[in-house]
Amino acid sequence: MACLLEAPLRISVLSEVTATSRHYVDRLFDPDPQKVLQGVIDMKNAVIGNNKQKANLIVLGAVPRLLYLLQQSSSSLELRTECAVVLGSLAMGTENNIKSLVDCHIIPALLQGLLCPELIFIEVCLRCLRTVFISPVTPVQLLYTDPTVIPHLMSLLSRSQRTQEYITQIFSHCCKTPEHQTVLFNHGAIQNIAPLLISPSYKVRMQALKCFSVLAYENTQVSMTLVNVLVDGELLSQVFVRMMQRDQPIEMQLTAAKCLTYMCRAGAIRTDDSCVVLKTLPCLVRMCSKEHLLEERVEGAETLAYLMEPDVELQRIASTTDHLVAMLADYFKYPSSVSAITDIKRLDHDLKHAHELRQAAFKLYASLGSNDEDIRKKITETENMMDRIVSGLSESSIKVRLAAVRCLHSLSRSVQQLRTSFHDHAVWRPLMKLLQNAPDEVLVMASSTLCNLLLEFSPSKEPILESGVIELLCSLTQSDSPALRVNGIWALMNMAFQAEQKVKVEIVRSLGTEQLFRLLSDPDSNVLMKTLGLLRNLLSTRPHIDQIMSSHGKQIMQAVTLILEAEHSIEVKEQTLCILANIADGNTAKELIMTNDDMLQKIKYYMGHSNVKLQLAATFCISNLIWNEEDGSQERQDKLREMGFVDILHKLTQASDPNLCDSPLFCVCLSKGINESAWVSLL
Amino acid sequence: MAELGAGSLSLGDPAFNYQEHELNERLKRLYPAVNEEETPLPRSWSPKDKYSYIGLSQNNLRVHYKGHGKNHKDAASVRATHPIPAACGIYYFEVKIVSKGRDGYMGIGLSAQGVNMNRLPGWDKHSYGYHGDDGHSFCSSGTGQPYGPTFTTGDVIGCCVNLINNTCFYTKNGISLGVAFTDLPPNLYPTVGLQTPGEIVDANFGQQPFVFDIEDYMSEWRAKIHGMIARFPIGERLGEWQSVLQNMVSSYLVHHGYCATATAFARATETIIQEEQTSIKNRQRIQKLVLAGRVGEAIDATQHLYPGLLEHNPNLLFMLKCRQFVEMVNGTDSEVRCLTIRSPKSQDSYPGSPSLSPRHGASNTHLHTGADSPTCSNGVTPPNKSKSHSGTGSSSIKYPSVSSSASSSTSSSPSSVNYSESNSSDSTKSQPHSANSTQETSLSLNFRRNQTHVTRSSNHDSEMEIEAEHYTNGVVEGSSARIMNGTYKHEEILQPDDNSIDEGCTNGRQLCGGNQAATERMIHFGRELQALNEQLGREYGKNATHKKMLQDAFSLLAYSDPWNCPVGQQLDPTQRESLCSALNSAILESQNLPKQPPLMLALGQATECVQLMARVRSGSCSFARVDNFLH
Repeated sequence: MACLLEAPLRISVLSEVTATSRHYVDRLFDPDPQKVLQGVIDMKNAVIGNNKQKANLIVLGAVPRLLYLLQQSSSSLELRTECAVVLGSLAMGTENNIKSLVDCHIIPALLQGLLCPELIFIEVCLRCLRTVFISPVTPVQLLYTDPTVIPHLMSLLSRSQRTQEYITQIFSHCCKTPEHQTVLFNHGAIQNIAPLLISPSYKVRMQALKCFSVLAYENTQVSMTLVNVLVDGELLSQVFVRMMQRDQPIEMQLTAAKCLTYMCRAGAIRTDDSCVVLKTLPCLVRMCSKEHLLEERVEGAETLAYLMEPDVELQRIASTTDHLVAMLADYFKYPSSVSAITDIKRLDHDLKHAHELRQAAFKLYASLGSNDEDIRKKITETENMMDRIVSGLSESSIKVRLAAVRCLHSLSRSVQQLRTSFHDHAVWRPLMKLLQNAPDEVLVMASSTLCNLLLEFSPSKEPILESGVIELLCSLTQSDSPALRVNGIWALMNMAFQAEQKVKVEIVRSLGTEQLFRLLSDPDSNVLMKTLGLLRNLLSTRPHIDQIMSSHGKQIMQAVTLILEAEHSIEVKEQTLCILANIADGNTAKELIMTNDDMLQKIKYYMGHSNVKLQLAATFCISNLIWNEEDGSQERQDKLREMGFVDILHKLTQASDPNLCDSPLFCVCLSKGINESAWVSLL
Repeated sequence: MAELGAGSLSLGDPAFNYQEHELNERLKRLYPAVNEEETPLPRSWSPKDKYSYIGLSQNNLRVHYKGHGKNHKDAASVRATHPIPAACGIYYFEVKIVSKGRDGYMGIGLSAQGVNMNRLPGWDKHSYGYHGDDGHSFCSSGTGQPYGPTFTTGDVIGCCVNLINNTCFYTKNGISLGVAFTDLPPNLYPTVGLQTPGEIVDANFGQQPFVFDIEDYMSEWRAKIHGMIARFPIGERLGEWQSVLQNMVSSYLVHHGYCATATAFARATETIIQEEQTSIKNRQRIQKLVLAGRVGEAIDATQHLYPGLLEHNPNLLFMLKCRQFVEMVNGTDSEVRCLTIRSPKSQDSYPGSPSLSPRHGASNTHLHTGADSPTCSNGVTPPNKSKSHSGTGSSSIKYPSVSSSASSSTSSSPSSVNYSESNSSDSTKSQPHSANSTQETSLSLNFRRNQTHVTRSSNHDSEMEIEAEHYTNGVVEGSSARIMNGTYKHEEILQPDDNSIDEGCTNGRQLCGGNQAATERMIHFGRELQALNEQLGREYGKNATHKKMLQDAFSLLAYSDPWNCPVGQQLDPTQRESLCSALNSAILESQNLPKQPPLMLALGQATECVQLMARVRSGSCSFARVDNFLH
């Protein structure tokens, strides 16, 4: 019963509300233009700050009528202006409001309005457009559909401070792709906006600055142009430096630092320039400090990570600046235990930013530790750092997981850390879990980290092997992504290095010769190299060589022939010749070469190759074949002598004469412990 | 400081002078709140406050190690000449490592006076250091904490002391390394310590530009503190504050007698002025008179309008009279001026007196009772008074040309004759003029007086401008017109004697306007003043200030040109200002109004407070300067 009673009541309230709203809309259709104007003004006053009223009016169809009035040339300027004001007010409401407005084609209508000569009308149109475009629900492409819009907006920049503020704000929100950057750049965005950086209005300066930050992001053309721009006789970079002064608003400091960061990353400013080392970097480090807003700290850390990513010197400087490494530890303390009890609002805020903070910190740690061993040590020694990474690897947010694994990868480049903290914290476990089911970008990072964990000296290698990693890696080699294929085969290569026979057998079995040979013809040279590396690692120590060659000898010899005959880089050929040399080291495997005249001819060819590396590898191969102390060495020597290897060896020794000791060949022989008698007998 | 230096630069060296100049400029810019007379800034290492293993050179800026350097027992430190003043707010110095020597065991930091110098900074209580060999920070302890990178030859290490939150951070090659120490005690000295042979470091206390942008760091703190002041929470009392501020402005305007502005302000802010308009105008008029040098009239007016005021302030009265005497010498006081002006027009301009003499006569009984009120009450002065009356007019006999103003005068006092004789050198000098044409001299004096007025009004532009209307409209019409339109009136007066202006002008100033009668009157007045002083001495005990004042005033007569004598400063019109405000304050106090405008009180309090902050070592005073808020 209660329900029945309540329902009509609610309807009546709604109808009452819509009735008053209806009245506003009805007045827009009055035949008397004066009354229409008054109606619009009343509507304006009714909607300000009233989201419900806004929604009602939209539902009741006020928007098309307002747009009609706005576009009607018979409407008075005042009416058109008031219409735009009301529309702007409606746009200030919820995202749904914006969607409705966009659906009603408000954008073309307002853009059309910008052609009006009256400044006041242009300003309200721009204001409304600004509100619509800064909403995430508006497709930015709408700004670029009509090619005349951007140039017209550029020309309006000189009209007033308001047009400057709104237009630059629109630009900075609608410049999302390199194409957008190019369009704006080609229409003179830089020349038109640069003078606004010294505008007396803070808002204009700020929006202009934001514009430059989005224009310069990963854009060499823009960045290169920016460095040469003068604003009132001052270089733009100096203007940015001034905007980073510590008494400026944080937003301005941060955005100016972004501009310089992007210009630096695009190669327009050197990384050792004082405006980077002494200004931008310290400014960004400051942004990471506790006293700033969480959003600012996130942005600061991300920008800093981006700035120093490729430059070890900047990484070193940042690592000593203002205790940055320790400062970042604070990023993991949200939501703090205090906020949970005392302040619900704060808790909510903290929760919302907690993920962002963590991922930003991981990113920054990753960047800091990507090159310098001391910095990595400092990072892993930070309170609970490894635990944080480990738990970060299994967080629900993909962003955090990715950043955590990036951080782990960066730290995994350290032999020392692999041996100590990585093992102590069993990081392989969450890492393996992460590999089971993750998007490609996470997989790339995770598998790359795994490669390092599988290095011979890593104590994690054993437990990883036991966890059935081989299957997983083999499946990675079948991925469509070259990066994943490389990482898969790379990890297998590392795993096979000086491995026990059963591991090697397991790898070959699991991978399958078919897949192995498919990889040998992989279009990605990295994959090829690592596959050859895997082969080489598999074919080490005599029993292993003989065993593998006895089962797969034919295919391997075939693949080697193919590679040596095809067009490949020196490195690939060298690696292949090394495989051959390993085969020549086997007891029974030797025969696969000795019985293959074609192969011997190839070796002979490479001994006479102009590239020393290839000469060495080929000679290495021969020296293994003629090894004195082995069975049948005499016969092999004879055969090789017959085939004319003596001449080529003579040439080699003569080339390196009179100082045989200095010749690379001799060095190789010595290093292999080859007794000279073998050579002598051959010669 | 320079003479202590054993380095290549000497005091006369232009390079050194340049460096010294740059140092002074930089220190002034960085630490504007520091009063170096109270708390000098460190400018070099102290040759006295160091261990013997330390050698100094290059104007005591370069430090080198000259011990054995076997172990930590051979460590040696040196302190700067002075501790860091708290008023710096933020203090910074840099040290460049010229050579790391054998092992690079160098410590840079701070220590209090008396800390053992046979140690590196940081090892002992009240000693703090950052060491180059391991990059550790030492906070009053033999064991360091990991702090920053190591440093070595070629590095520039900076040390910044934040006296606002009592922390310290270091910089390396212009990069901040983060906070090293907190809760620092006050009065620390910049300190460096070395331990192995070959170690050499150079200090930069501001002689050169710093590698680290310290001014940028300071600007952040300045902004912080200004923000703190600007955002000072006033909570519920917003409205209250507004009315307080309005009252402050209003009372300031009233205090200084900016009548129209005050009324307009009150109307706009809907506030009420405590004092009546006429009262404001009266005070204004009296102030005008004092500022114009017409102290006698001011005294008369005060006694007329505020009977009993001066009786209760014998000191003030004495000061006024002293000033009156000085103004007589100056020739500006009405008692002497009236003798030198003979144009009826100028007399007309005196308010409330149909002619000069009746004015004296008529107002005398009343005014003089007031003026001499302290003496009156004792019943001693009356004879004096009558004397003075006769003296006032006495000069006119000798100068019949001076018409109506002199008419009431009787006989000249013998003393004045004596005086002019004793000052024969003076009189002879001025004789040609006074003899030839008294008119001219008097006119020239008049002219000069008006000139003085012009300068005064330009000094006090705003005051005068604002009042202009009132005067012409208002109460003290005559006299105000004189003041404001002096030049114009003067021209009128001068018209018949046009040709003599130049001569009069170039002639310069003369005692009492060069008028004999006036001089006599002045001498007479001087005697009265002397008597008054004696009487005050009897009643209230000897007053050294009065004695000095009197001496100074009388000393004027000892010089042929009082304006260019060692005590001539007294004749400067600006000297009237303090007296003027004292009188104004006294009047206000007598009306139960604040003797100082609350605005000035607040300003003074704030300034004093900031100075106090410096003394109690609160560093934020450096960035909370009152001038920063006065635009």
